[in-house]
Amino acid sequence: MHKGIKLILGGGVALGGSGAAAQAETLNLTVNLPRLSVAEYHRPYVAIWLEKEGAAPRTLSVWYDFDKAKGEGAKWLRDIRQWWRVSGRSISFPADGISGATRAPGDNKIAFTTGKGPLGQLAPGNYTLVVEAAREVGGRELVRLPFSWPAKPGTVARAKGNSELGAISLTIVK
Amino acid sequence: MKANYLIAAALGALMVPGAAQAHRQWMLPSSTTLSGNDSWVTVDAAVSNDLFYFEHVPMRTDGIIVTEPDGTQGKIENAATGKYRSTFDVHLTKPGTYRIASVSTGVMGSYTLNGEVKRLPRGTTTANLAQAIPAGATNVQTAKAASRNEIFVTLGAPTTTVFKPTGTGIELAPMTHPNDLVSGEAATFQFLLDGKPAAGLKVTVIPGGIRYRDALGQMDLVTDASGKLSVTWPEPGLYWLNASTGGGREGGPGAGAPEAGGPGARPAPEGPATPPKDRASYITTLEVLAP
Repeated sequence: MHKGIKLILGGGVALGGSGAAAQAETLNLTVNLPRLSVAEYHRPYVAIWLEKEGAAPRTLSVWYDFDKAKGEGAKWLRDIRQWWRVSGRSISFPADGISGATRAPGDNKIAFTTGKGPLGQLAPGNYTLVVEAAREVGGRELVRLPFSWPAKPGTVARAKGNSELGAISLTIVK
Repeated sequence: MKANYLIAAALGALMVPGAAQAHRQWMLPSSTTLSGNDSWVTVDAAVSNDLFYFEHVPMRTDGIIVTEPDGTQGKIENAATGKYRSTFDVHLTKPGTYRIASVSTGVMGSYTLNGEVKRLPRGTTTANLAQAIPAGATNVQTAKAASRNEIFVTLGAPTTTVFKPTGTGIELAPMTHPNDLVSGEAATFQFLLDGKPAAGLKVTVIPGGIRYRDALGQMDLVTDASGKLSVTWPEPGLYWLNASTGGGREGGPGAGAPEAGGPGARPAPEGPATPPKDRASYITTLEVLAP
């Protein structure tokens, strides 16, 4: 019974997608964390998630002090406050495929592949990739990158932060 | 007349433990939105004029009850009472919303014995009312008083188990969860009085930080027929919310619930003493986050 349904669905997707599902697409994201000249610097906590109107936000990656003793690093996750409200507070940490270490200032690259890991399949529609950073004894900033799906390979979305985030770019490749 | 005065005094004494009408009782948690699997909140508890500055008297901590997200009773730890405030900790180990509440219910009133008007002693409840009234007492007049001062803190995602109404006094039913408030957004709350929607309930909301501004910034709200009201938070921060019925509310004495009769409901001086009205009060502290 279950197998039958699966098979039918599988056929439907392949047809409707007109070959698009045949090959996975990759979202290449570059997040620049500015080098700040401050007396006390800690690498920011960063959350990256995907929003689509009418759908639950999807957390793609969270950079935080996940390896601290007794999970103490999770105490400050709520400071990435918009992400915490829309998605983070419903996730149990550490979370497989989502949790990662904090990153150093400079360009940080991360890739998400359709059909895999936290990204999963993308239904056609208008999306916003959101990057939010919150720094201990520092500030907080959020940058939004809208894009539509399906996207032509080579499509680039760019945005720039002013304080806690530098240039952010999203490139979609086959 | 004298009987009325005595009743009023008794009501005032019982309504807000340790607080005169002009002062505001409050509990202030160190955080309302927490992450991780194991966290603590520290709560300051005081009675003062300015919000939220401890500058008058501490709130007592012996009646504070913690309800954990699964409905079991928790505890306060490290409680201490100083000159101006009390402080205590709550250890959060379960995901969801905790309630930290100071609740009192009682009966006040008066009776006449041997031609003398006496008032019911403090600590009188519906359970021991019969013993509190001596044989031969006449003109017995009683009223119930229920006060609730509570705050909510959430570890992880907000939950609603702790909002199960008890059916006594004024209670909050979250249409918008009190730990999910963001400035610029409208929040809707429903208030219950003795378990039923409290229509026409006057609710006052005052932003904290009074000391550093001239205007109080008070919002005076009234619940609709279903006991609901909506409030749009002008800015992030802490807000003190107070609702009361049966007289003696924030903003001045006698500004009671809008019961039929209005100001004309005051007892006529020459008439027999009107029975005292049941009273209920509600206080909470709300944290509104920036978007």
